[in-house]
Amino acid sequence: MIENHLSLLLVVLPLLAAPIAAVLPNGRLPWAVSTLVSWSVVYLAAWQLMNVSTGQVISYELGGWAPPWGIEYRIDAANALVALIVSGIAALTLPYALKSVIKEIPQQQHALLYAAFMLCLTGLLGIAQTGDIFNLFVFLEISSLSSYALISLGKKRQALTAAYQYLIMGTIGATFFIIGVGLLYAMTGTLNMADLAQRLPELYEHRTIHTAFAFIMVGFALKLALFPLHVWLPNAYTYAPTVVTIFLAATATKVAVYVMLRMVFTVFSFTFIENTPADELFLLLCVMGILGMSFYAIYQKDSKRLLAYSSVAQIGYMMLGIGLGSVLGATATLVHLFNHALMKGALFMAIGALVYRVGSSRLEHLPGLGKQMPWTFAAIVIGGLSLIGVPGTAGFISKWYLVLAAIEKQNWLIVGVILIGSLLAVAYVWKIIEVLYFKATDELEHKYVTVKEAPLLMLIPMWVLVLANVYFGFNTELTVGTAEQAVKLLIPSAN
Amino acid sequence: MISLASEHLIILAIVLPLLASVLIVLADKLPNLREVITLISALLVAMLVITLAARINAGETPGFDVFEVVPGITISFSIEPLGMLFALVAGTLWLVTSIYAIGYMRGHNEKNQTRFYAAFALAISSTLAAAFSGNMFTLFLCYELLTLSTYPLVTHAGTAEAKRSGRIYLGILLGTSIGFQLLAILITWSVAGTLDFQQGGILAGKLDPAYAGILYALFVFGVGKAAIMPFHKWLPAAMVAPTPVSALLHAVAVVKTGVFTILKVTLYIFGSDFITSSGASDWLIWFAAITIILASLIAMTKDNLKARLAYSTISQLSYIVLGALIAVEMSLVGASMHIAMHAFAKITLFFAAGAILVAAHKKNISDMAGLGRAMPFTFIAFTIGSLSIIGLPPFGGMWSKWYLALGMVQSEQWILLAVLMISSLLNIAYLLPISARAFFAKAKDGVVYAEVKEAPLSMLIAIGFTSLACIVLFFYPDPFYNQAVDAATRR
Repeated sequence: MIENHLSLLLVVLPLLAAPIAAVLPNGRLPWAVSTLVSWSVVYLAAWQLMNVSTGQVISYELGGWAPPWGIEYRIDAANALVALIVSGIAALTLPYALKSVIKEIPQQQHALLYAAFMLCLTGLLGIAQTGDIFNLFVFLEISSLSSYALISLGKKRQALTAAYQYLIMGTIGATFFIIGVGLLYAMTGTLNMADLAQRLPELYEHRTIHTAFAFIMVGFALKLALFPLHVWLPNAYTYAPTVVTIFLAATATKVAVYVMLRMVFTVFSFTFIENTPADELFLLLCVMGILGMSFYAIYQKDSKRLLAYSSVAQIGYMMLGIGLGSVLGATATLVHLFNHALMKGALFMAIGALVYRVGSSRLEHLPGLGKQMPWTFAAIVIGGLSLIGVPGTAGFISKWYLVLAAIEKQNWLIVGVILIGSLLAVAYVWKIIEVLYFKATDELEHKYVTVKEAPLLMLIPMWVLVLANVYFGFNTELTVGTAEQAVKLLIPSAN
Repeated sequence: MISLASEHLIILAIVLPLLASVLIVLADKLPNLREVITLISALLVAMLVITLAARINAGETPGFDVFEVVPGITISFSIEPLGMLFALVAGTLWLVTSIYAIGYMRGHNEKNQTRFYAAFALAISSTLAAAFSGNMFTLFLCYELLTLSTYPLVTHAGTAEAKRSGRIYLGILLGTSIGFQLLAILITWSVAGTLDFQQGGILAGKLDPAYAGILYALFVFGVGKAAIMPFHKWLPAAMVAPTPVSALLHAVAVVKTGVFTILKVTLYIFGSDFITSSGASDWLIWFAAITIILASLIAMTKDNLKARLAYSTISQLSYIVLGALIAVEMSLVGASMHIAMHAFAKITLFFAAGAILVAAHKKNISDMAGLGRAMPFTFIAFTIGSLSIIGLPPFGGMWSKWYLALGMVQSEQWILLAVLMISSLLNIAYLLPISARAFFAKAKDGVVYAEVKEAPLSMLIAIGFTSLACIVLFFYPDPFYNQAVDAATRR
């Protein structure tokens, strides 16, 4: 009996954990509760993915109200994969968080941080699970509001500006989204995604539907930081506490990309998109984002900011798959969504370990640390190679499918952009590696002579992600297999 | 060992150096143990490749899939004659180089020796894995791993110059491989639906011959390791590395992985018949021809001995590429044999250069006048290596040039034949004066090299072995000749 409710439990558990964490005394208890919850959630998510990986769909009616009137959780391979990413990253970030948070954040805020973290997890998982477009908006707001709070906890004063900037942009995005949802509801009288997908085709000619589509797309483009709506992201990632950066970089934008996939391919359909300028616009913005932001990344002086710009460029890759509008393209998007979470998670964790030991993520403060912290350095090398897309890493599999999707469409410009983007990635990744690898000035070397390797509690989650980057570079059953399964359900016409 | 199946020997040959590299790191504090680990694993690998070569000669064709990465694409290893030839060269020369390296690294008081030996073993593992690759995907994987594992070796010195060279090295090698080679592989995959190496190729009949030239160019330029101009700059840049690295990796393993990849693509992706019938290489041959001549001319201007040898390597690599591009039987035999013949000759030259550096601390050719009388053994070896590169009898280098020339006759490429001959003359012009001056000229400023002695014994052993091999291979080229003919004539 309980089995039927597990999909709901996935969202309810962290939701319940949030107030508990908030009222617990500052210290290790809030951390322990959050960690425990995140581990149970990851177990649930894995169970859920196992159940849907063969192609069935779990439909859960909230409160027993039948859809389309009640809220429905509709889990297929795509949701399940995203839920697994989100909960998996949370389960790895929390053990890592203990030491990092003690170092970076005043103790009286610890309980609040873990409470906000749990709320953010609730929101992101909710977005992944729900099949109701208004419910999605609610979860979107839960995750957004909590992430504004999380970012503002950063040690530097700029964290406040960064959080504020994100708040403004995020609110505009959410408003646009809800306007779009409202228009759709006005036209169709339903908020259930599956139901919408059925009712929309006969209204495709209607201008209101086009307007709704535009609002929803722009709203989420803000949320996922699609170039040129990305300006909030570099500041937020740079000034947020390390743990928050890791979690948001690896999950928040991924969830937004998932919503984009769901909207473009399920709620609307690609036949609809083709009659709008959206697909060409996506491709254009992706191309500009990939090239422009990668260039920008090369010239950054702070390693966190460098990786943040790289993230904006990588979002371009994910959206490319959507813009190409093919089965292969959507597969590539889902695969890259998963793989990019692994690589950015690993990289931000490694940078966080450097920050933990020397208190700065600026490149000028990091020379020669590779020798002092060999495991952290190795993690950056492997994570970086995955980001570049060297064969034998998860990033290569992403590139492989992306380029194949572009070749299939005979779109040689996109092929070229993806490959040039990889070369630019070599440049910015190597910028970090060179700094860590080559000897520091004598002065710095003397100062760093006592710097030790990061604590085990940070190294273990980091290396789980690093090894996952290698593992998923060779075994793609979970990533590609699930993605192909998911795309079959996302794009009904593919069958 | 002999009783193991060939498949297991392949795995062992790849895994042993990998394991050695881990053990070397663990033995960081015990230099003697560390060197013993290197030597034992190098010895075992040499025995493994020799055993395997004997079995391949006896007609075995071992091969196996490790696992499937994405549907239809597997990591797989198999041995065909060309790969065996390459593995035989790299595997045996690792042992020789290891002996040499121990003398060199200690004699030259290099720092970070553990990292050096560990990365070296990794590079060898990648090289052997590349030689045994069963499909283009596996080969590409090993190709990239080789680039990355040699980066710490190139930047070993840790100086600003090493950092700069490292950038050029990675920039060109990763740039060409991601920008062109990966693209070529992806196009091949979407056209042919497979990446397996097959006799006669996988593209014939599936790819419009009009596009064959473009795809072939993507492959040829995408293999930056073959150092065809204008993508050759990384090789002179890599000379900043310690000499054993320049000797084994940048005269044998890395660069030969490049030309080996081009040969593999020619034979087993396109198929030599498809290349000749589609005219895919018609304009590419001129890139190789120009590289041969231009690199030789640049070599003449270099006073730094290692830089001169590097440009000589660039020129010689294009011999092999040219042999592959012409794609007739004889040129393919010549190209395959040149992998081995050039390896033994050029490694001798680099060994000698390193010996001169350790014993006399000289880098520039202009400072070596008169040095031959102080280091006769080294310079005799240098002369033997030079003559083999030039291609004179009784040295092994003659055979590969012979077959390359025959290939040009067979395909009636008279201009290319002239290029080959002119290049031989240029070889004489930039190599022989070095030993001539060392033996017969007077030293600058009347210096007498009384205090200069020959390099440490372990280095001399290595030099002696490879220079002797240059001579032996003239009288007994069979191990390489058989594999080369087998690879070129199988249909």
